[in-house]
Amino acid sequence: MNVVEHRFGPYGGQFVPETLMRALAELEQAWVKAREDPSYREELEGLLRDFGGRPTPLYKARRLSEKAGRPIYLKREDLNHTGSHKLNNALGQALLARRMGKRRIIAETGAGQHGVATATVCALLDMECVVYMGTEDTRRQRPNVQRMELLGASVKPVDAGAKTLKEATSAAIRDWVTNVESTHYVIGSVVGPAPYPAIVRDLQRVIGDEARAQILEVQGRLPERVIACVGGGSNAIGTFAAFLEDEQVQLIGVEAGGEGIDTPRHGAPLTVGGRVGILHGSRSAVMQDEEGQILQAHSVSAGLDYPGAGPQHAQLRDSGRARYVAVTDLEAIAAFKEMARLEGIIPALETAHALAWTLAQVDGGLDLVCLSGRGDKDLAEVLKPTPDK
Amino acid sequence: MTGVERIADAFANTGKQAALMPYLMGGYPTLAASIGIGQACVTAGADIIELGMPYSDPLADGPVIHAAGTEALAAGANVAGVLEVARTLAQSVPVVLMCYANMVLAPGAEAFVERLAKTGASGLIVPDLPLGEAPEVLAACTAHGLALVPLVAPTTTPERLAAIGKSAKGFVYTVSVVGTTGERNALGEHFAQVVARAKASTELPVALGFGISTPEHARQAAQAGADGVIVGTRLVRAAGESEDPAGAVGAVVGELATGLAIAR
Ligand SMILES: Cc1ncc(COP(=O)(O)O)c(C=O)c1O
Repeated sequence: MNVVEHRFGPYGGQFVPETLMRALAELEQAWVKAREDPSYREELEGLLRDFGGRPTPLYKARRLSEKAGRPIYLKREDLNHTGSHKLNNALGQALLARRMGKRRIIAETGAGQHGVATATVCALLDMECVVYMGTEDTRRQRPNVQRMELLGASVKPVDAGAKTLKEATSAAIRDWVTNVESTHYVIGSVVGPAPYPAIVRDLQRVIGDEARAQILEVQGRLPERVIACVGGGSNAIGTFAAFLEDEQVQLIGVEAGGEGIDTPRHGAPLTVGGRVGILHGSRSAVMQDEEGQILQAHSVSAGLDYPGAGPQHAQLRDSGRARYVAVTDLEAIAAFKEMARLEGIIPALETAHALAWTLAQVDGGLDLVCLSGRGDKDLAEVLKPTPDK
Repeated sequence: MTGVERIADAFANTGKQAALMPYLMGGYPTLAASIGIGQACVTAGADIIELGMPYSDPLADGPVIHAAGTEALAAGANVAGVLEVARTLAQSVPVVLMCYANMVLAPGAEAFVERLAKTGASGLIVPDLPLGEAPEVLAACTAHGLALVPLVAPTTTPERLAAIGKSAKGFVYTVSVVGTTGERNALGEHFAQVVARAKASTELPVALGFGISTPEHARQAAQAGADGVIVGTRLVRAAGESEDPAGAVGAVVGELATGLAIAR
């Protein structure tokens, strides 16, 4: 048996060019050693605390709870340094890369939050950083491009296909195939070939571990529902991981419904179901046509605009342990605005999907939502005049 | 003859220093034109044709082949059309289809391979299907007499190389560089070593590809012991740059064939 999961039921695996196989094996070995090494863990925990600001608060959203008629708690990853949960993973992987003697880091980014987190830790650790980003996303997440450049990263615009996260990820993988001997690829979500989905989950698990202890402390009980948005699925799996054994806790992953899941313009492969496919090195739920061409996703939120999802999510869906739902662009934008006025918190458009689903529920007792990031990056997109249809 | 036998036969009877194996993108610039390009390759001395199936997310390909695949898809290429190209060319030379894993697995490995075998093609290369993920496709290919041709990279460890060499069918495809497909000024630093290592791991012919673009490169590969040379991007570029893609590709293949001629 592998020490690090390669497969999640029928999902996962390593569907990559042969050139990368040795690097994946080395990464797995390095990870197994690092996670058992107190010096790695202490450095990571110290940085998450003093540089990142962890633990993040668990906040009972006052007016939201009042409106919903039940307590709604927010796990405040937006208060993590750089403004999202992405720093947890970027820090852990960059420290790992340094142990492996790799000083060049590459990453893909959609919303720009993973790119900013990676650029930040590369500044901190004095490493070279190259971030691939689709040109549609460099446009709609402009402030994050500027942040990455200020932090010393080189942002490589990707103009292929829909010019969004899928193409940025493909470009990053091609860079890795070419520079694998000097470079570590900091993948930003629980996707990609093994061992990435397991590594990223373990690094994001801090969200769920903290949240579970915090809710038990303030409420003396577990939440009824744990809710998180799903792009690749890292903030969701990081939150869910701590509650998997608590069978009474419902786990809800909220995907991008785009213009509606009855149209082709969405980013909700888990919700829609359909045939299993391979994307970016692993087998999972994938939006594809009859012949296996990968389809372009659509979402107003760059971080959820992706036709795949992490393999463990596909397994959790099949087993019924987690449930996946979709929220449309318009519903997410409405929740974004409502959240700002009700709570004084401007959430990321990605996160707004999880909030929209939560706000739409009339039942339930105690909800815990992962507030995966802040929305400053999204102002231009949300406030732009709506085009006439 | 099975596909596996046909490939062996082609390697044994090249009449050149090494088998010449042009790559062409199915459906680029159009389906009809790609048949013409393939036929021009055969006339100019190709021993085996590697036929690319255009794919939305080709992770092992550099910009030229990626763009050609994107254009082919935009021009309407699909599985049925590209398999028609295979059927036509397979009447003259062994055809090996290069196709990414998701397209092979979408209808199911057995169904895809059965359909491929019916065209008369001889083999299959799946650039994102390393050994550990290959059993299902390998079983289907074996059942239909097709060769599942594995790739070996400069980064492949000795243990993996031994296992790959043992399960390979048809030939072993060695990648000359750490990188994606694309033209380069010189062959990769360690190409001779990659070929030698691969030859030591298998009884089968060993072909070298990725980055070979001139007759000089082809000769160097043959002299290093490669039993075949695969030329891709150079030819795809020629097809894209010319008003007469078949003529242009045929001319380049002719030069490569001359480069591989046995001195008398
Ligand atoms: C704030 C925020 N939440 C969620 C996501 C989606 O990623 P994941 O599903 O991996 O958490 C992103 C990705 O860019 C993000 O920036």
